[in-house]
Amino acid sequence: MLGITPLNAYPAGRCGTIVSIEAHGHLADRMHALGLTPGRFIRVMRRSPWRGPIHIRAGQTDLILRREEAALVRVTPFLPTHAPGQK
Amino acid sequence: MARQRVALVGMPNTGKSTLFNQLTGSSARIGNWPGLTVELMSARLLLGDAMVELVDLPGLHNLHGFSEDERVARHFLETQPVNALLVVINAAQMDRQLAFALQMRALGVPILLVLNMADEAGKRGIQIDVDILTARLGMPVCLLSAKYGKGVPELRHALAGLLARHPEGRQAPPYILAEDDSIEKDVDALIEQTLHIPPELAPSHTDRLDRLLLHPWLGLPLFFLFMLTMFQLVYGLGKPLQDGLAWLLEAGKTQALAPLVTNFLPFGKSFILDGLYDGIGTVLSFMPLIVLFFMAMAVVEDSGYLSRAAYLMDALMARMGLDGRAFVMQLMGFGCNVPAIMGTRIIRSRPQRILAMMTIPFSLCSARLQVFMFFIGAVFSARAAPWVLFSLYLMSFAISFLTAWLWGNKARRDPDPLIMELPPYRLPTLRYLFRQALRESGHFVRSAGGFIVLGAAMVWLLTHMPSGIPPASPQTWAGRMASFMSPVFDPLGIDRLLSIALLFGFVAKEVVIGSLAVIYGAGPTELPGMVARSLDWVQAYSFMLFTLIYTPCLSTLATLRQETGGMRVVLISIGWSLAAAWAISFAFYQGARLLGY
Repeated sequence: MLGITPLNAYPAGRCGTIVSIEAHGHLADRMHALGLTPGRFIRVMRRSPWRGPIHIRAGQTDLILRREEAALVRVTPFLPTHAPGQK
Repeated sequence: MARQRVALVGMPNTGKSTLFNQLTGSSARIGNWPGLTVELMSARLLLGDAMVELVDLPGLHNLHGFSEDERVARHFLETQPVNALLVVINAAQMDRQLAFALQMRALGVPILLVLNMADEAGKRGIQIDVDILTARLGMPVCLLSAKYGKGVPELRHALAGLLARHPEGRQAPPYILAEDDSIEKDVDALIEQTLHIPPELAPSHTDRLDRLLLHPWLGLPLFFLFMLTMFQLVYGLGKPLQDGLAWLLEAGKTQALAPLVTNFLPFGKSFILDGLYDGIGTVLSFMPLIVLFFMAMAVVEDSGYLSRAAYLMDALMARMGLDGRAFVMQLMGFGCNVPAIMGTRIIRSRPQRILAMMTIPFSLCSARLQVFMFFIGAVFSARAAPWVLFSLYLMSFAISFLTAWLWGNKARRDPDPLIMELPPYRLPTLRYLFRQALRESGHFVRSAGGFIVLGAAMVWLLTHMPSGIPPASPQTWAGRMASFMSPVFDPLGIDRLLSIALLFGFVAKEVVIGSLAVIYGAGPTELPGMVARSLDWVQAYSFMLFTLIYTPCLSTLATLRQETGGMRVVLISIGWSLAAAWAISFAFYQGARLLGY
């Protein structure tokens, strides 16, 4: 599908919907538990300088994650057409 | 009948420990930071006429989680029978955390679901239909705010009812991964029926504060400004209190204790007055300062600012092989190094965790703070004092970073993923602050008390034996030990009497000031003057640098050993810190003298 980008490429202020999570094992579990699931609408709040972590908002939860981890989250700029959390 | 047992489970940052304290009246450590409940806390709870044991499990993200904390919680559930689980979720984040409750349901143990932080959910305009949720989940649900105690009586009532229906304990089966997909669908359906979230939230206080405190360029300077202000405040309020208490203790000595022992032999009199009383009294006079300091730490821990500090510092820390969480643990180490070392359990990569554990002993803990407060108060002007203290905190960071940079090769090759929650800013309740202050001072008296009494007695003996010669003179046992060590300490400007105090500081830093009082034969009011007459500011600062760096206390070393499972890291830590302390004090002292100070 066109327009799918890794989350680390998103500038501050941009919103998107998670398409897929490329993480595996423990990291995938942790991301899932923290609310990073396909279909979830997220917003990049800010990016810290010197390649530091990214601050995002997923639903009612604010998270920080490093750019390496953010690169595993694939997002599309389209608004969600289905309920959050649905595959 | 066997006692019934209830376990408290929930994700980090759901106010689980707050609820535990509300229910049991005890004071588990609460922090707006994952991993603060490092040991299993349990307490008895009277429900109706039944005594129930309530166990607070560490926060876990899910049952197949990977951190040390999650392992502990899972192990408990698999091996210990419980009558019910209190599953705590954050009502303001129900959209994400409801799935956790459903995972727990798969364990087959009766569950009471607690939706905590009802106050925060309300502020965000989130509405929850508890009745439908109760019916759909088939488990009792309580909406409450543990922080303000709202809804807690209703919870007790509901828990008593649940336990009456399930009198027998049950053990969770070794966990089979729940069908996450099916849970996912259930959650979506449930959320749609029971949760109303306003579509676009107005910017909250947290958003506005974050815009300033997480600002790309202002964030870090503001952070250090806050820390400086905090230390200034603690110093400014604590110093007069300490002086007052020192005066009171001195008055107690001359007015009450001295008349009592006039008939004792001179030897025993000196032991009680100049040994035990002066030694212990001088340390005790720092109690108000410690209490204030821990209250300030409690505000910081509870505020949510620590997670922001992790965000601000991560880029810098990553270059040294550490991460933002290790920085936060260094801040926690300002209170005491021991819980900070245990707190590194949230770091999963072993090389990174060991590196973090090696840097924490350089955190300027509250025991070292006493030593510095004493020397700064004695030798420096009131205007210079807070800046001198701040310079020591900067030094503490600098030496931690140097340690990470030197020993971090392995850790830099094995980075740990960093993904964590930023909780909203919160203020602790006054009740909690006072409770925390009480708890910490109690902890201080219990853990350091024995060392201090023993240390004071030992130092008195060393400085007064053999009898018949002036105390602490070169012919006493202490004097001879000091002469033996003098080739090491003379180049640092640390005189013989001070080097004896350092020897005892190896056990616990609290003992340093107590032993100085005994060595100089002076109580808390005269001691600063005597110290000021015997050394100048360069010597005092060199001594403080050495005290900051030279070796972690015994409890810290024991914790290091326990957490790393061997002596290797402990020995490296002792060797490296001694070498670094000597080199840095040497460079400072000789440099300052060369410059003509």
